[in-house]
Amino acid sequence: MKSISAVLLTCAFATASCSLIGTGDDEEQATAKAGSEVVLVTHESFVLPDEVRAAFEEQSGFELVVRASGDAGSLTNKLVLTKDDPTGDVAFGVDNTFASRALEEGVFEGYEHTTPAGVSDFDLDGDDEHALTPVDNGNVCVNVDDTWFETEGIAPPETLDDLTDPTYEDLFVLPSAATSSPGLAFLLTTIAAKGDAWPDFWADLMDNGALLTSGWSEAYQGDFTQGGGKGTRPIVLSYDSSPAFTVDGEGGTTTSALLDTCFTQVEYAGVLAGAANPEGARALVDFLTGPEVQAALPDSMYVFPVAEGTALPEDWATFAQQPTDPWEVDPAEVAANRDDWLTQWRDVTTG
Amino acid sequence: MTTWRRPVTLIGLALVPVAVLGVFFVLPVSGMVARGFWPDGDFAPGEVLDVLTRPRTGRVVWFTVWSAGVATLLAVAVGLPAAYVLHRLDFPLRRAVRAALLVPFVLPTVVVGVAFRQLLGEAGPLGFLGLDGTPVAILAGLVFFNAAVVIRAVGASWESMDARPAEAAAALGASPRQVFLTVTLPSLRPAIVSAASVVFLFCATSFGVVLTLGGTQYSSVETEIYLLTTDLLDLPGAAALSIVQLVAVVVLLAIAGRLRASADPSIVRVPARPRRPRRSDLGQLVATGLLLVFVAAPLVTLLVGSLQVGDAWSLDNYRALTTTGSQQALLVPVTEALATSLRTAVDATWMSLSLGLLVALAVTRRWRSRAERRIRGLLDGFFMLPLGVSAATLGFGFLITLDSPPLDLRDSPLLVPLAQALVALPLVVRTLVPVLDGIDDRQRQAAASLGAGPLRAVMTVDLPVLWKPLVAASGFAFAASLGEFGATAFLARDDHPTLPVVIFRLIGHPGAMNYGMALAASVVLAVTTAVVMAAVERLRVPSLGAI
Repeated sequence: MKSISAVLLTCAFATASCSLIGTGDDEEQATAKAGSEVVLVTHESFVLPDEVRAAFEEQSGFELVVRASGDAGSLTNKLVLTKDDPTGDVAFGVDNTFASRALEEGVFEGYEHTTPAGVSDFDLDGDDEHALTPVDNGNVCVNVDDTWFETEGIAPPETLDDLTDPTYEDLFVLPSAATSSPGLAFLLTTIAAKGDAWPDFWADLMDNGALLTSGWSEAYQGDFTQGGGKGTRPIVLSYDSSPAFTVDGEGGTTTSALLDTCFTQVEYAGVLAGAANPEGARALVDFLTGPEVQAALPDSMYVFPVAEGTALPEDWATFAQQPTDPWEVDPAEVAANRDDWLTQWRDVTTG
Repeated sequence: MTTWRRPVTLIGLALVPVAVLGVFFVLPVSGMVARGFWPDGDFAPGEVLDVLTRPRTGRVVWFTVWSAGVATLLAVAVGLPAAYVLHRLDFPLRRAVRAALLVPFVLPTVVVGVAFRQLLGEAGPLGFLGLDGTPVAILAGLVFFNAAVVIRAVGASWESMDARPAEAAAALGASPRQVFLTVTLPSLRPAIVSAASVVFLFCATSFGVVLTLGGTQYSSVETEIYLLTTDLLDLPGAAALSIVQLVAVVVLLAIAGRLRASADPSIVRVPARPRRPRRSDLGQLVATGLLLVFVAAPLVTLLVGSLQVGDAWSLDNYRALTTTGSQQALLVPVTEALATSLRTAVDATWMSLSLGLLVALAVTRRWRSRAERRIRGLLDGFFMLPLGVSAATLGFGFLITLDSPPLDLRDSPLLVPLAQALVALPLVVRTLVPVLDGIDDRQRQAAASLGAGPLRAVMTVDLPVLWKPLVAASGFAFAASLGEFGATAFLARDDHPTLPVVIFRLIGHPGAMNYGMALAASVVLAVTTAVVMAAVERLRVPSLGAI
């Protein structure tokens, strides 16, 4: 038996090639190509297909190095903390709820450039130097499980106010505004929709049995009836693209997004102030709004492109509807009030 | 000559680990705390003090203390009988059970959270208890993760305990209960206190469990620091809580240090051989069985979920592991992430073992003068500190302090295994120290007087005794590294994600296939850990264990 274990262990270590510190080749590449590489700092949801990365390297002549970790919030804070000595040349993934903080701190350098048609529609209000270039957008919307409502013979909710209707008691699950970015987006939706009366709306929502979870995964995958698990709640806070992922294989989808409950999240890219390779950084920002990346966005990152005329994947074109008139809150107002709103929200929801 | 040689040797032993901890822990953490005190470059401690008087801070601290305290008591209560059964009794599959009980330790909290909530949630088999989102769920999660620490640490000490005092007591007419209370328990005390202090620290600083299982109603100091740092960028607030946490850890360690006084090492020990279970062991066996059921329930939920696609049984989730998921959820197949995880874990293990061994050797030499003993106590506590600091503080600290030569290490591939090694280091030290403490120093003196150099003395006196705990510690370190998510998520680089990072990604995206793959990947992580643990257990060389 002992020899078998020894073989097993040896195998395990052999697959791991008994690494004594990393793969080594990274270091060599880094020194060999210093000055010829562009470093992209981003959040953990960033994914680009290999061929798109290769296309950038071929077109620009720069090598692309990606450093991805944390979510949009921790990315922004990381950029603020390292603004005197940035960890890269370009940052992608700061969104419209965090952008003001980054701009105030002077994290980005202005970059005036012509962008493909449609991109400037998503420019951030108050970004006078054009430090941030929009790359993608998506909406946080309440989603419902249509099959559940059909089976139960109840009409699904349509508006924010429906969510406080006793018909829908104990059916809604959503991630917390304090710990998740879609949760924060929904808080902003209610602030835009209800004005100063938003705490009352939340009190009603909680009275009506809304369930808060720590993150999107827990709500959608754990508690939603169409998630991966065995959830029991047919109303969930998710994205406008989510119905494209619940296709039933018979030409339909089992869920839909309530387009009157949406808040638009826009993700930006920008050249970091003090970038080691500003030229490469600008090339990368241009590339992110270019056709290759824009077309790859839905499949890779579950978001919509900002450039007009970009073809969507088939399921998206059919099932992922975008709201025409989503709720909005001025970014400057978000920056000024976020902490107060969150404190107030915590008081109302944990009461 | 000998008067100064001893201290120099001791300091020499401790020098490397102290330097490593200084650069990769003290520097980044103090960098972040300093940002809190000097928010805009000016010293403004007022804001930090302000945070301490907020009523919310009080609530957060109180919740942390009581939840961690109760969870620790529970973990010790369920861990002791299991440690006895798994380390003193001999029955088939004993080693397999031991390995299996370590599995929870490595599972990503987000996955365990989902599994627990499928059990406790509204529709789950235990949903009628109404525990979802309550402190009870949090406590259950904490015990689930930490019972293994008690079992392993106490079990190792129990296994090597001298059987003769207990036999003598029994021969003199003591009942089994009296024997346990007056002989066994006192000699187990150092190990129990060690394990309990580590478990308390793990519980008090646990992040995922509190967030995932407690809904969002409860905040511990750790989750609060995370939110203040990554979400609100309230650095004075984070600094204040970090200091509270560090002070609490230091106080706790000081208390634990006093309670941990070791048994007299000059007694020759004759450890008992594991024996067949008797009728009198029934209670312990039942308790261990219940613990197994408790640990198995969420794991079985995971396994069942991973074997289902839609409502049908299928292996498709496992077949998909060689791909990058539906809708290209991943950059690398799960199998490649597993290889990265194993590679990183090998590195983290040798790093924490070599550092831990040096620390343990330095700390357990017989320190003669009072000053020497004081240094020893400080050193001992110093290496436990990484347990008491938030991954967010450490992660951001790396970024702002390790950014200029000669310490330009922000993007070094070294950081991930090193951060994991630091997480595992306290476990390694805590496992080795009680054993080394138990070695009679006269053996070393005898070796020295027979002409053995310091190295030779270590090889012939310490190493044979150290072999078993070293293997146990390496198991811990390996497991801790495989499952580590907090610090890794901050540092992991895009092109080489580890398995927990990949699981987190999969579960964070819609699409039933991705969820199924996340469950399958978790099962693979669990099985890998169990297999490595079982192999490590088998490799133990029994003849070297006895003195």
